[in-house]
Amino acid sequence: MWEYTEKLKEHFFNPRNVGEIEDPDGTGEVGSLACGDALKLTFKLDANGRIKDAKFKTFGCASAIATSSVLTEMIKGKTIDEAAKVTNKDIADYLGGLPEQKMHCSVMGREALEAAIENYRTGGRKKRELEGKVICTCFGVTENEIERVISENDLTTVEQVTNYCKAGGGCGGCQGEIEKILEKVQGDKAKAAAASVPPKAGKLTNIKKIQLIQQTINEQIRPALRAHGGNIELIDVEANKVIVAFRGMCAQCKLAEYTMKDVVEAKLREFVSHELFVEEDKDSTQQPHNHRG
Amino acid sequence: MKTIYFDNNATTKVAEQVLEEIKPYFCDLYGNPSSMHTFGGQIGAKIRNAREQITALLGCEPSEIIFTAGGTESDNTAIMGTLTAKPNKRKIITTRVEHPAVLTTCRELENHGYTVVELPVDKQGQLALDELEEQIDDDTALVTIMYANNETGVVFPIEKIAELATDKGVIFHTDAVQAIGKIPLNLSKSNIDLLSLSGHKLHAPKGVGALYVKKGTRLSPYMLGGHQEAGRRAGTENVPGIIGLGKACELAAKNIEEENQRVKTLRDKLENALLEKCPGSSLNGGKQNRLPNTTNISFEYIEGEAILLMLDKFGICASSGSACTSGSLEPSHVLRTMGVPFTAAHGSIRFSLSRYNTEEEVDYCLEKMPEIVNKLRELSPFVAT
Repeated sequence: MWEYTEKLKEHFFNPRNVGEIEDPDGTGEVGSLACGDALKLTFKLDANGRIKDAKFKTFGCASAIATSSVLTEMIKGKTIDEAAKVTNKDIADYLGGLPEQKMHCSVMGREALEAAIENYRTGGRKKRELEGKVICTCFGVTENEIERVISENDLTTVEQVTNYCKAGGGCGGCQGEIEKILEKVQGDKAKAAAASVPPKAGKLTNIKKIQLIQQTINEQIRPALRAHGGNIELIDVEANKVIVAFRGMCAQCKLAEYTMKDVVEAKLREFVSHELFVEEDKDSTQQPHNHRG
Repeated sequence: MKTIYFDNNATTKVAEQVLEEIKPYFCDLYGNPSSMHTFGGQIGAKIRNAREQITALLGCEPSEIIFTAGGTESDNTAIMGTLTAKPNKRKIITTRVEHPAVLTTCRELENHGYTVVELPVDKQGQLALDELEEQIDDDTALVTIMYANNETGVVFPIEKIAELATDKGVIFHTDAVQAIGKIPLNLSKSNIDLLSLSGHKLHAPKGVGALYVKKGTRLSPYMLGGHQEAGRRAGTENVPGIIGLGKACELAAKNIEEENQRVKTLRDKLENALLEKCPGSSLNGGKQNRLPNTTNISFEYIEGEAILLMLDKFGICASSGSACTSGSLEPSHVLRTMGVPFTAAHGSIRFSLSRYNTEEEVDYCLEKMPEIVNKLRELSPFVAT
């Protein structure tokens, strides 16, 4: 059971400003059914350019509904410039706090507000579009978005990033990349918190190298393949040649060569040694399977 | 406010008769059955009695029962104990819809060089047995497949699966935590080698369970450090728990058919009326081959946690396969594997009944649920109003 504040529960059971404004001045839509939450925000301005009315429609859990409800209350009476300054932290604070794992609801509120303001200012793009490189393919979260939640909320761990914007919460395949973004934004503060990425050693004994290869496959490669119904097995290591077999959906996939070169080898070089190269063991891949979705 | 408890696949009420039975073992009869003195030694007979009560429900021998700390320990012991006893075999076959106690354990073994095959299920939640048969080979150490699914209540054809595994000389384990007390068993006539059960799912206390090990099945001990349970599970016996589990099994064995028929009638009334009263709702999992107490229904375009909190306001306890109730972000792995679309997977609610539920409780839930669904749909951007 989540520990929700009384204020949050009150807004969930009695949400304010539900609905859609007819002929609104700004509309913002974020999220989707697949993501598990979605919010449509509409607002109308008065003669002095202040937000006269704001309404929402939300699909999602109790905190998604409550954050949407308070968001409409918060922005009413504000000018567009004032509203643009509302951060996800302001929304969470207004509710008396949110459980860590629900912080992404407050981020969704801020994103919807931004999209609506953008729609008002430029007339286009009601739906928030992705800007920059997509890092988390499960939830469609970009590098820009991750950087922003890190700096706005002073985050230092991957888990926190997942709580705030969902990135890394699906297959987990992008957690290594999120860690790098954390380091880029936060520097040493993030480094101190990082623990899961195996240390890249200088000179490796054979045993250490094989262990590190196995660990990298377990933590950095398998989760991403699993998300697509596949799997990978480490067959053998001969000097710098890493022999692997693909299982399940990956085994007879035409993309296998692409997957191997681009993902497995890159990850192994990144986390173990630049000298490694990958070969597929075709003999052990002859396992029956079928491509069912 | 009265609590209406429809979450019996999560845990159950301890039966009053069970509580009465275990009361003396805290302050009066608190001895250790391993002790030399009579005060402790007399407890041994009580444990023997509990073991016999369990064998009566399962149809097996007392020596085939190992007491554990619950379903998770039983599952871990069955998997790890089998693999240790068969060091030359490196393959495990399981399904994608197992409880995490099995699935996470298998996936962890994958990191230690084991090959794990996770069989998919169809829209009804059922397995393709020919696919299972194809996968069993000489390298296979263990097939571990649940008896009944905790989320949907779908029951697998376990006897047929056990026969397939046994024919090929492979050990077969089943996590029967949800099935015990709901489906009559006779293990003496079955090919099941290992079976896990948990006390708190059948009106015994939490923290006690058992693992059935068919006579002659090789299994290495998982917990080390003591001679208890004939050296197969170290640790001083959870005496009150074991005695409670015994009593709970005795109660479950009594009128198992009639009790379950009564629960099934209530479940069917709840299920049929919800599907009829709430537009955009659908049943998850095949109607046939299902536990008598479980129903899992999806309500389109609304989210499970929000439904649960509104039910909670009326004192109704249920559960959801929705991501937002679990702290994870992706909806139920069971429903996703079954191909339930996202439109419905996020809004799935499981009602699981027990013999303590009444028709009035079902009626009360039927009165409240449509209101809740309507209220949340009014909020949803995916529903035109």
